[in-house]
Amino acid sequence: MAKLKIEDLRKIKESKKGTLNLRDGAYRAKVTVHMGTCGIAAGARIVMNTLITAIEQNNTDDVILTSSGCAGLCSQEPMMTVEVNDLSPVKYVYLDEEKTKKIFREHVIDGKPVAEYALSMGSETTY
Amino acid sequence: MEDLSLHLLDIVENATAAGATLVEIGVRQNSIKNELSITVRDNGRGMERDILAKVRDPFTTTRKTRRVGLGIPLLEQACHEAEGRLDIMSEPGLGTEVTAVFQVDHIDRKPLADIGATLVTLIVGNSDVDFRYESNIDGEKILLDTREIKAELDGIYIGDPEVLALIRNLFQKRRANPSRHTAGGRINGEIED
Repeated sequence: MAKLKIEDLRKIKESKKGTLNLRDGAYRAKVTVHMGTCGIAAGARIVMNTLITAIEQNNTDDVILTSSGCAGLCSQEPMMTVEVNDLSPVKYVYLDEEKTKKIFREHVIDGKPVAEYALSMGSETTY
Repeated sequence: MEDLSLHLLDIVENATAAGATLVEIGVRQNSIKNELSITVRDNGRGMERDILAKVRDPFTTTRKTRRVGLGIPLLEQACHEAEGRLDIMSEPGLGTEVTAVFQVDHIDRKPLADIGATLVTLIVGNSDVDFRYESNIDGEKILLDTREIKAELDGIYIGDPEVLALIRNLFQKRRANPSRHTAGGRINGEIED
């Protein structure tokens, strides 16, 4: 029976002692991956795992990840919503691994939304 | 859906959307009986009889009930393509249990593929839900229970990259050592389940 080793978990617990738990609201940015049937079929799991790897590689400690259901724009999946403190939330569409990495780097880390992959940014018109 | 691990992700998302606090996943493969089954049991709100009767039909989708949609019909199609079946039991207020059964060696049976990525995605995406995963692939067993992991971590977030790496590793070990029962062998460098 393969199981997680208790020693490994204890080691992680010891090394993280005293660090903030982001889930308590101490985060700078939140990324929500849309994980409905449409999203999953289009590649939402790749988006989620790309974000997990990006967080790991950057040693990012102030970003939280979560998932949500179908947002009703199934044809534009995979999608994610990026909320960085003090910036308007941005929904990104037609994602893949490369786009996700770029959005993570530029928007989540540097705070500059990537207009070309956003759902509607820059396309609003006034009548 | 390309593989069964994606179907699993989708079905479990139904469970969490139904307000489940615990989702129990069982994957059992018995190549001698030529049977592969995937069971997802949740303690969510369950379905009334009339919704349960319609849940396999993609065209009776009601927008207010999240449990109805394409996920179940797609999984049922995958089961039927591999000479299997899909069973759904549900009790309002108690939860739902979905069991998908496939013929292991059927040429149209989708591969299990990356269960580790599915579990990591579920754990990160639904940090307030607990998951118990137990698999027995021709005697090769894996057990993962987020309640045990969280108790051991004592307040450290389970979605921490180091914890996720341990979880992913649990599945990669198995993928690196195919047992003699894993028919198919290597396809494009990937081990087919």
